[in-house]
Amino acid sequence: MSVTTQVGFRTFIPQPSMAPPLEVSGAAHWAKQNLFNGWISSLLTLLGVLLIVATVPRFLNWAVLDAIWSGDGEACRVDGVGACWAYVGANFRILMVGIYPVAEIWRPVISFVLMLAVIWLTVSGKVKGTRMLACWLILPFIAYWLIGGGSLGMPEVDQSRWGGLMLSLLLASVGIIISVPLGVMLALGRFSGSPVIKLLCVTFIEIVRGVPLITILFMASVMLPLFLPQGMDINNLLRIQVGMILFSSAYMAEVVRGGLQAMPAGQFEAAKALGLNYRHTMFYIIVPQAMRHVLPPMIGRCIALFKDTSLVLIVGLLDFLGMLKTSTQDSNWMGFEAESYVFGAFVYWLVCYSMSRYGQHLENSGPQNKH
Amino acid sequence: MNTATIAATSPDHQRPQTMIQVTKLNKWYGDFHVLKNIDFSVTKGERIVVCGPSGSGKSTLIRCLNRLEEHQQGDIVIEGVELTNSVKNIEKIRSDVGMVFQHFNLFPHMTILENLTLAPTLVRSMPLIEAQEQAMMYLQRVKIAEHAHKYPGQISGGQQQRVAIARSLCMNPKVMLFDEPTSALDPEMIKEVLDVMVELAQEGMTMVVVTHEMGFAKEVADRVIFMDGGEIVEENDPHNFFANAQVDRTQNFLSQILGH
Repeated sequence: MSVTTQVGFRTFIPQPSMAPPLEVSGAAHWAKQNLFNGWISSLLTLLGVLLIVATVPRFLNWAVLDAIWSGDGEACRVDGVGACWAYVGANFRILMVGIYPVAEIWRPVISFVLMLAVIWLTVSGKVKGTRMLACWLILPFIAYWLIGGGSLGMPEVDQSRWGGLMLSLLLASVGIIISVPLGVMLALGRFSGSPVIKLLCVTFIEIVRGVPLITILFMASVMLPLFLPQGMDINNLLRIQVGMILFSSAYMAEVVRGGLQAMPAGQFEAAKALGLNYRHTMFYIIVPQAMRHVLPPMIGRCIALFKDTSLVLIVGLLDFLGMLKTSTQDSNWMGFEAESYVFGAFVYWLVCYSMSRYGQHLENSGPQNKH
Repeated sequence: MNTATIAATSPDHQRPQTMIQVTKLNKWYGDFHVLKNIDFSVTKGERIVVCGPSGSGKSTLIRCLNRLEEHQQGDIVIEGVELTNSVKNIEKIRSDVGMVFQHFNLFPHMTILENLTLAPTLVRSMPLIEAQEQAMMYLQRVKIAEHAHKYPGQISGGQQQRVAIARSLCMNPKVMLFDEPTSALDPEMIKEVLDVMVELAQEGMTMVVVTHEMGFAKEVADRVIFMDGGEIVEENDPHNFFANAQVDRTQNFLSQILGH
């Protein structure tokens, strides 16, 4: 009993944090883990390599090394040469703006720059909230006025002369800009307390979703004029634009509905308890959060709408795809379909990939949606 | 003192002034009779604690007071305004009655400061600068001003609940409702929220608090109400309520929650 341990108060000292154990790393280790992990994996890797060896060098030879970058159609018809990119250079204006008058090309260019400016203002956060919304909603009208003219001292350019990538981008961007708010309103209408509004919204959405886009475009282009009263004439392009907006808004509505349904009841209750009315609750609290939740499918719808604009070829508009097709029938440049469609695919991909990247940027920015 | 004549000439100086008057309140969820003939009133500056087992209707009762739940029978009058289906009345009452929720319900896409300035600017048409000054003042009072520009997801639960209290105070409410404000918090964070509520009570705020924090009830309540099965079983001042409950059901409940 001579040794007594001292029992009682002890100060808590946290242990120091240690570095995690070293992972095995290096290229060889990575390759073994990812490419040769078992015999199935090794076989697939070998097959993949064979496929790449068989196709990529040939494509590169055609597209880059043996390609003709300048000159006329005859220079490209020599044996053994690759892709004729001179064709793209020679037809560039037609592909971009169609047969739009050369002297007026600054107008679509300015519209495009304006759109880039609004995108920049939005992405950089220079304008926010209501003012940002206003910028976006004014943009389609300014673009149609600039490109079409016919009022306020701007000389008119007939819509039969609009074409090329300009037309595709115009149809798609105006379609997106107007169908998103319209879709939000339709989605809110589906949740409306008024049975009449609810029925109207549901009927509209279900009818439009049950019909292929091409049908809507035909109806807008061919059938609508039959029903319009004598003397009333809405031009073809505008009818098709409206058709695309209606089509897109029905899909947007369903996307937004998913987001609205995912909103926790507590958000509605907190807004109500503060005395906010329905309009303010939706505009400031519910819709912004719901839109954030549905950003990935929404960007998907935007990309789909841009690609869908190529269908207007069928109702007689010469959009980007239409111009690609038409330009290969020019006697100077006959027989360069491959170049034409590869270039077309590249441009479509570029636009869609930009939208996709912007979507990812939006998803990753701003506050985390934790509750 | 002739209260009737005073009320007619200067209602502001009528004492005790009735803040909330609930008469013969009945509510059903489908066939389920959740509130049965509730009569209860709160005078200005009074602090009421409502307790009871889960499913007793205590949350439903205070959610009826600002029309988050609709009642089917009976009258609710808040500061002379009757709660009817009139949207105007409902919005008026909601802007004067603050509410703090179990799960805070801050707006996660807005900064703390924006959470506090939204309602005053929209509902009270307060200029933004003024709303921000007021918001910072209340954030300082709940000791959280340094987080004003963070988002709710970046602060702890206790801090979020204090922000929620400040958000309600920014509307200068005449009465504050608390619906189990500490039930979703880690034990270490309960005290920081209760401290804010005690402070609020000491400043004379009219409060109706649904809570299981009996320490809070003993310290600040003027009256404790015990509910079970959709009825008010017993109400008394805290001393008598805890020391000698009159109904066996109350004693039973108190022994359950104080017994350990």
